[in-house]
Amino acid sequence: MPVITYREALNQALREEMARDDRVFLMGEEVGVYNGAYKVSKGLLEEFGEMRVVDTPITELGFAGVGVGAAMVGLRPIVEFMTWNFALLAIDQIVNAAAKMLYMSGGQYPMPMVFRGPNGAALQLSAQHSQAFESWLAHIPGLKVVVPGTPYDAKGLLKSAIRDDNPVIMLEGEMLYNTKGEVPEEDYLVPIGKADLKREGSDCSIITSGKMVLVAMNAADKLAQDGIHIDVVDLRTVRPMDVEAITASVKKTNRAVVLEEGWEIAGIGAQVVDYIQRDCFDHLDAPVIRVHQADTPMPYAKGLERAAKPDLGKTIAAVRKVMYLD
Amino acid sequence: MAAKKKSDKTGLPGDPELRRELLHSMLLQRRFEEKVGEAYALGKIGGFCHLYIGQEAVSTGVLSMLRADDYVITTYRDHGQALARGMSARAIMAELFGRVDGCSRGKGGSMHLFDRNLNFLGGHGIVGGHVPVAAGVGFAIKYRGGDQVIICFMGESVVNTGAFHEALNMAALWKLPCIFIIENNKYGMGTAVERAAAIADLSRRADAYDGMAGEHVDGQDVFAVRDAMERTLDLARRESQPHLLEIRTYRYMGHSMSDAVSGTYRTKAELDEYLKRDPINLLKARMMDAGDLSDEDVAKMEQEVKAVVQDAWDFADASPEPSPEALYEDVLVDTTS
Repeated sequence: MPVITYREALNQALREEMARDDRVFLMGEEVGVYNGAYKVSKGLLEEFGEMRVVDTPITELGFAGVGVGAAMVGLRPIVEFMTWNFALLAIDQIVNAAAKMLYMSGGQYPMPMVFRGPNGAALQLSAQHSQAFESWLAHIPGLKVVVPGTPYDAKGLLKSAIRDDNPVIMLEGEMLYNTKGEVPEEDYLVPIGKADLKREGSDCSIITSGKMVLVAMNAADKLAQDGIHIDVVDLRTVRPMDVEAITASVKKTNRAVVLEEGWEIAGIGAQVVDYIQRDCFDHLDAPVIRVHQADTPMPYAKGLERAAKPDLGKTIAAVRKVMYLD
Repeated sequence: MAAKKKSDKTGLPGDPELRRELLHSMLLQRRFEEKVGEAYALGKIGGFCHLYIGQEAVSTGVLSMLRADDYVITTYRDHGQALARGMSARAIMAELFGRVDGCSRGKGGSMHLFDRNLNFLGGHGIVGGHVPVAAGVGFAIKYRGGDQVIICFMGESVVNTGAFHEALNMAALWKLPCIFIIENNKYGMGTAVERAAAIADLSRRADAYDGMAGEHVDGQDVFAVRDAMERTLDLARRESQPHLLEIRTYRYMGHSMSDAVSGTYRTKAELDEYLKRDPINLLKARMMDAGDLSDEDVAKMEQEVKAVVQDAWDFADASPEPSPEALYEDVLVDTTS
């Protein structure tokens, strides 16, 4: 199976789906002539032309709304945000328009569209460019929210998102674009709403998604050297969440660490813990521990940034704590 | 109703049938809204409810010029436009009553009237939010190579939002067949336009965008509105030229049901002055002066309209409330393409 980058996997998904359905088009800042701020849309302008690969002005609220209008009348827009930080300018279109149109029209206007782009912190981009928005978006009924952590999942989930007749949010990882993995050449889909057990183990579950999947896998490798075997549940979708996969894992291991990139208060992990306490109360051998970003804006200085982010060390420490090893 | 303008012996634009249709459309909106006020007072209608009384020549003038395959999107003050587009009084009233036979199955209410069969893309509740959506519909028309247009109604307070400018910029940049209609009723809730916009002639906002025509029109004269639309539509269809039409009108009621008719922000004297230019009375007077309409005709039309509105009330009142299961319906669709 070919090994390609997360970026190339997304590019393949876009190309295949645009070739498959001429209602699908991509719009956003620098997606065309520049080939994408992160080169995800490389070569697409040449292949599909400027009506289907649309360079927009820097006007997030405006072009997100253009996507909403186009979806209302039967096109299938993919709206790329250069980063999700900029999408805050467009939140009215995502929350008030895309997510509610079907409901408030009594079922008359489905919104077959995708909002996608990099989410979360990269390196030393400081406060305004380093935010993880999973919980913001997952809070909204009427949206689906996918958070792929590997090239395979990125391609399969983007293809599913484009074919879905609902508004789908895709949170990509800026730090994931260069990561590599096996991706089949043939057409395949990763279903929205299905978690993936990325690694099996019987001692403790780590429930996570997106960029933190890599952290969880590294933690599992390290812990295995000490004879601790981790079940790594990659949620892949945070709305709707695969509750069954979470509870199946916790009922097996009886211990859980919930790892997320964003902040603690009202974070995605809080929801995961709620599912665990509801369905696994009698199975737990220890309180669940959450690993997350420090409750501060992201600092610039390297050392402070490191201290703010969830990472391998914090994850390992959390596992050892729920196992009463420290 | 989109018949070409022509003159007959009365000297009035259009033909007798068209003129009656225009008057009928405006009168229906007026009596409908009066009935809505009554129903609101009785608690049949809840929530926010914004009446259209005084602005009927705008909706009728604009929408009487459209084709069935054109698109319309509007704000939360949407009852008049829904009626003028041809939505049934029954479906609208049932929506206001929160019943299953409402145009949005009781899920939207007064501010969110939708009708897919009429390409009526909804009333929208966030000031300015629907203007980029209109640009998106224009984009889709162009994407498919169609010759439809999208009409985007908005209140005058929208012209100060970022969404408005972002949308107009793209509509002009990409030459989208969008007709943006500012219904300038002089007040954004209780704030007079001159206290909110740093420009007196709102149609001049179009000057900021090459390739966008701006024009202002008397919104109490249905024929003037139709004339402006005729010029505008042709260019939008043939040349895909976007337009900004400022239609100057006046609302005779408060901003919403919780706002007194004259309120703290305008005087009774001002209201009385504008009542002299009631769009329905103006049209009636012109038709009567020209011998095109008799007192009997008016009485008959009033009777007809009254019956339609009463029927809408009765229908809405008899329509069931949505079932408890409806709560979770239409959050998502379970289809893929």
